[in-house]
Amino acid sequence: MQRSTNQRAWFLVLPVLVLVAFSSVIPMMTVVNYSFQDSFGGNEFFWVGLEWYRELLRSERLWDALGRQLLFSSIILLIEIPLGILVALCMPKKGWLASLCLVLMALPLLIPYNVVGTIWQVFGRADIGLLGRSLSDLGISFNYAQNAFDAWAIVVVMDVWHWTSLVALLAYAGLRSIPVAYYQAARIDQASRWSVFRFIELPKMRGVLIIAVLLRFMDSFMIYTEPFVLTGGGPGNATTFLSIDLVKMALGQFDLGPAAAFSLMYFLAILLISYVFYTVMISSDKAEPQS
Amino acid sequence: MASIALQDLAHSYFADPKSESDFALKEVNHTWADGHAYALLGPSGCGKTTLLNIMSGLLQPTRGRILFDDVDVTTASTAERNIAQVFQFPVVYDTMTVGENLAFPLRNRRKDVQYVSDRVDQVAQMIGLEEHLHRKSRGLTADLKQKISLGRGVVREDVNAVLFDEPLTVIDPHLKWELRTQLKALHREFGHTMIYVTHDQTEALTFAEKVVVMHEGRVVQIGTPRELFETPAHVFVGYFIGSPGMNFLPIGLEGNQAIIHGEKIDLAQDYGNPDGEIVLGVRPEFARLTKDKGLPIRINRIQDAGRRKFVNANLFGTQINIVVDAGVEIEADMTNVAFDPRNISIFRNDWRIEGRATGTGAEGWS
Repeated sequence: MQRSTNQRAWFLVLPVLVLVAFSSVIPMMTVVNYSFQDSFGGNEFFWVGLEWYRELLRSERLWDALGRQLLFSSIILLIEIPLGILVALCMPKKGWLASLCLVLMALPLLIPYNVVGTIWQVFGRADIGLLGRSLSDLGISFNYAQNAFDAWAIVVVMDVWHWTSLVALLAYAGLRSIPVAYYQAARIDQASRWSVFRFIELPKMRGVLIIAVLLRFMDSFMIYTEPFVLTGGGPGNATTFLSIDLVKMALGQFDLGPAAAFSLMYFLAILLISYVFYTVMISSDKAEPQS
Repeated sequence: MASIALQDLAHSYFADPKSESDFALKEVNHTWADGHAYALLGPSGCGKTTLLNIMSGLLQPTRGRILFDDVDVTTASTAERNIAQVFQFPVVYDTMTVGENLAFPLRNRRKDVQYVSDRVDQVAQMIGLEEHLHRKSRGLTADLKQKISLGRGVVREDVNAVLFDEPLTVIDPHLKWELRTQLKALHREFGHTMIYVTHDQTEALTFAEKVVVMHEGRVVQIGTPRELFETPAHVFVGYFIGSPGMNFLPIGLEGNQAIIHGEKIDLAQDYGNPDGEIVLGVRPEFARLTKDKGLPIRINRIQDAGRRKFVNANLFGTQINIVVDAGVEIEADMTNVAFDPRNISIFRNDWRIEGRATGTGAEGWS
């Protein structure tokens, strides 16, 4: 077969390349550019090399924010994944009740992030909020604006309220795809409820749970709007997560150089963790024999 | 082990069944004798799986009772009935090894560890899984997975019956023979009552001692493969068993003669003069092409299948099939068909009727 070289196909790819260049490559390169320079306003820039990176890596501020961020993501995953699975297991399997549940579950996912923050900001206030007022009437002192633990509690509860339905919906979809014969076979084999979950439902949900963990990890690692509206990163720096810190640095202090270096490291960290996570999950899948 | 009796069993998937057509299972009375191998044969949607699920307790019948050795178990749970069932779609527990899969039904019943491992080894050897015992079940081929399902079905020695719900549907044709042979071997070895649901007559006829034929939610005939072939009790059995199925001709009856378009067909029995819709049935194997005897036909086509030839012809506007052995020449002037009077079935309103033997009519055939 005669094969002629024809490079004209590249022209067809060109629009995509241009689009990607303008939407991500060029903006990102300006960030890279900023991260190597210092500016004193007046659009004057001075080359500083890796100075910002070195400074950031030595700064306690970044490591503290990273620590808080990792703690937050871990707590979120530890609560939302099991809770989501539990909710999915308890949801009705068919009929109008199932549809109603799906709609109700989807509601929190449809609310804009800053509205979620506002809802909980008002809800938790000790003077007028339903939750805060009820708690203080019960004699429990709760003030997320002053107490770091309370602030963490309300941010975590808010995130659980906002995102558990996503995990639950994914898990529910996974559960619904299990053929009824599996449950019948389990009844014939006299499997306990726990065995059914452990040996049928959990393995069959594995695929969707990987996606759920990945989505929830990335999303919680980048969380900004809700805690910003709810606590503003306070009290002190108690709920200042990475992106809140980044915005403070970039827009509050207008330190463009360090902020650029910060965002690049942030980006690489998310990429790295997600990649490692994904690889581990997938390779554990492949480790088992295939035929 | 136990004999299983079904009494007036009927089931509808509607909450409030009104007419008979709402019932997936119309009315079944049957006793499965202990230790036999049965096949439950019928087309898709005739109620086979419904009947099976009722026996195993996965479904509650709308009406009727189920007795295991005269004990009523109609409302008993699957576990209490102690029944094993193998499904059409292979069910394996992915995260377990093959051996753990086989041991699962025993471990759930808290059997002794040593007994479990002995029994698993024995079953694995019977169905050819011993070299896979320590492998994870995920990613195995469909036939290995179905072998695991079969193994879990027969691993319990004390089950009352093992029910198979079209277990070989997803298996490659060349492996079907192997698995079916192993099933027969398992039946001989362990002596379980086995009930095998299928819509494939070859599977049913080769597996079972007795075949139960179902049609539209009813059992229409129970018999050995030979009985089903030679004396079908219902036109459906004649049509469904055999390939091609029985030929049917609408006729009038006068004693030991069938009348069709003024022509007479000799019968081996005297049926009197019954009313209702009378149909004559004869298998293609018992029809013969002749030069002058019998009824005139017009041949539509002849298919040569190697060992046999299939002739399709028109007889008074009705299409009939005739099977001719490969050794027999079909000549151009063979324009008539004759039927073997001893193998003619007469059906009245779809059901077989028997007449009085006359001792005549057989001559002139062979």
